[in-house]
Amino acid sequence: MKAFAELYASLDQTTKTNGKIAALTRYLSQAPPEDAAWAVSFLIGRRPKRLLESRKLAEWAIAEVGVPDWLFGECYHAVGDFAETIALLLPPAESSSSLPLHVWVEERLLPMREADDDARRAQLVSAWREMDEGQRFAWNKLITGEFRVGVSQSLVVRAIAETSGVAAETIAHRLMGEWQPTPDFWRRLTAADSADADVSRPYPFCLAYPLEGAVEELGDPRDWQIEWKWDGIRAQLIRRQQRTYLWSRGEELITERFPELEAVGALLPDGTAIDGEVMPWKDGAPLAFAQMQRRIGRKALGPKILAEVPVALVAYDLLEHTGEDVREKPLEWRRAQLETMAPASPALVLSPVIRSADWEELKNLRRESRARKVEGFMLKRLSSAYRVGRRRGDWWKWKIDPYSVDAVLIYAQPGNGRRASLFTDYTFGVWEEGKLVPFAKAYSGLSDEEIREVDAFVRRNTLEKFGPVRHVKPELVFEVAFEGIQRSPRHRSGIAVRFPRMARWRKDKTAEQADSIETIRALLA
Amino acid sequence: MIELSDAGLYCAAGGFHVDPWGPVERAVITHAHSDHARAGSQSYLTSRAGQALLRARIGDEGAIQVVEYGERTVIGGVTVSLHPAGHILGSAQIRIERGGEVWVISGDYKLEPDPTCAPFDPQRCHTFVTESTFALPIYRWASHSEIAAEIHEWWRANREAGRTSVLFGHPLGKAQRVLSMLDASIGPIGAHGAVEKYSAIYRAQGLALPQMGETAKGSLVLSPPSAMGSPWLKRFGAISTAMASGWMRIRGARRRRSLDRGFVLSDHADWPGLLSVIGETRAETIWVTHGYRAPLAHWLEERGRRVEIIDTHFEEGEE
Repeated sequence: MKAFAELYASLDQTTKTNGKIAALTRYLSQAPPEDAAWAVSFLIGRRPKRLLESRKLAEWAIAEVGVPDWLFGECYHAVGDFAETIALLLPPAESSSSLPLHVWVEERLLPMREADDDARRAQLVSAWREMDEGQRFAWNKLITGEFRVGVSQSLVVRAIAETSGVAAETIAHRLMGEWQPTPDFWRRLTAADSADADVSRPYPFCLAYPLEGAVEELGDPRDWQIEWKWDGIRAQLIRRQQRTYLWSRGEELITERFPELEAVGALLPDGTAIDGEVMPWKDGAPLAFAQMQRRIGRKALGPKILAEVPVALVAYDLLEHTGEDVREKPLEWRRAQLETMAPASPALVLSPVIRSADWEELKNLRRESRARKVEGFMLKRLSSAYRVGRRRGDWWKWKIDPYSVDAVLIYAQPGNGRRASLFTDYTFGVWEEGKLVPFAKAYSGLSDEEIREVDAFVRRNTLEKFGPVRHVKPELVFEVAFEGIQRSPRHRSGIAVRFPRMARWRKDKTAEQADSIETIRALLA
Repeated sequence: MIELSDAGLYCAAGGFHVDPWGPVERAVITHAHSDHARAGSQSYLTSRAGQALLRARIGDEGAIQVVEYGERTVIGGVTVSLHPAGHILGSAQIRIERGGEVWVISGDYKLEPDPTCAPFDPQRCHTFVTESTFALPIYRWASHSEIAAEIHEWWRANREAGRTSVLFGHPLGKAQRVLSMLDASIGPIGAHGAVEKYSAIYRAQGLALPQMGETAKGSLVLSPPSAMGSPWLKRFGAISTAMASGWMRIRGARRRRSLDRGFVLSDHADWPGLLSVIGETRAETIWVTHGYRAPLAHWLEERGRRVEIIDTHFEEGEE
């Protein structure tokens, strides 16, 4: 736990990629396999589910520290992070624990799941007493299920590759799918030979960058596979050893939620992996993504919802063919194989390829995106391999411009983590019959400088407080951009938007000049 | 005996303000930071150790009268004396007495050792006006030697990696305290002009601060926070950045500034320090100003103290 807490601290203490990789490599090369497996699992975000509600953790911490509730509240408000507040408040550490990470996790943390509250409390308090401040912080983060570090998965992959000498692509692939953080797993992960026992394991997804510069710079459009950019759930459908697996990009196994696609899987030959997009799809055309959301939330899928919102896999690419990894073959070849092998099924749609020799023609076609319920085009170089992660050069997303609306800041609340103790999460309103109705929440898009400025405004112009939320004087106007728009009876404005963010601070506009709800309703058409 | 006027704390019987917010006839100054010492008053009273710093702060205008720590001066109908506050060179608590009633205005203070100024000297009083910059129990300072070791470790690692260590901190007080802690055998030490301006005054008063060397690769450079992100930093090539401040106790405060490291080194009292000082004064009435005023007031009220929250023009400044 000592080394792990130190790793956590050093990752937190550098903003530089090389510094982070060095810290990871240092840790991984010294950690025993039992610890390394757990550490990797936590670092790439497979954190244990929350063991305790924050409220209980706070209650026990308050008793242990001996501060009144209100003072704990003041401290939390200043820190903005539960685990950190508690670590800072606990009495100065008398020792630091030398128990290894896996012992803490396997013998102390995981058994708490089965224990009653009294036992958990005793366990927790005794853990705090054994640990130093850094360990307490990491431990509290694990307990509350909020363990997050400022490293991306690809950074962890690079560090493991550096430690083990195995290629990063191989490591990334081995980290996919289902595995348990055991010493055995760590040995397989870092083993030189590539014998691979996991039948369900998906491939790392290839991701595209937004197009930079003019599309003409890409050269001849005939060198590119041009497809619509579908807005669904990116997924991999895998058939191996007579079994079907559907993986989401978040590496969740989602097979059971889409029985239609499990059925498609049964039609595929063994040793097949298809990359595609799960789309709500009916009568040969996509439905709005909001329809899909009706399905996603449900545990049980009744015949009614299956009939109303059927899905299809819009297939993009073939990654494994007759049991062979074909990602290094050119896209042109992979697409041809995909077309040949694709079985006939209403739930399997080949992503249509648009052929044109003229960017102008494509630009015109792209204007139809919204009507077609797509987000623009995907441009993939025909000669390209299927790469791991996000790379520049071969795959581009050529998205349509987002919608945007000028809206007024009406509520603000503090953010989390590095944005704690600053007001960074905002609710925006638009005019409806002389009143501002809230229509979107956004927390991204402003520079640190602007955030500080808005924060100072919020502090000076609070009209009312509701818990952490401040109702502020309606004065600041922002251009709020978003991707999609839907009618929604659950929102006060009657409208729900997707991915709202702040495109620009409109310092040139007064609140009166902001848009009205009618302007936004017009976008629904 | 003391009231809150438009220009801050005012002693009518003595006809003077303490740390006025703007120009007044007569100002008694706790220390030379800009939020306590403002230019434009006709005359100033400060500690002898603080005289040169105050002059640098307010410019040529305005007469400065000095007293030694502990020396009693009668001003109008009151007796005034200044006592070390341990905050920066020359910092003082202002003790005001009339007919046996004693007030002490703390200014900013700390209890931690600091070789660049006289240590805090607790005063008994009836009413204590205290700062509250770090008045939350999350603020607890580690020992001087631990922090020095952290800074040295960071500096050494940067040197090995060929990086310059840029340490941000208040150019008056914090920077000199850090300089006095540094092990100059590790490498050359440099400073921004804003720091050196004050260091020169410290040296002129006999404080042994290391001389500034060539700021070569691998050196440690002290810099005011205002230089963060400025072109001045470009001359150092590869750098690692850190800040020395009590605010660094919270991760968010460091991460918001995109700093690599934060050293929890404060020139203000931490929570246990504030409570112990307030206890030692045995004051019946506490006035709370400058910082987390409400939590400290609430805490003291729950313990039977009479408390007033005093307005301040300055909140959460750089430390």
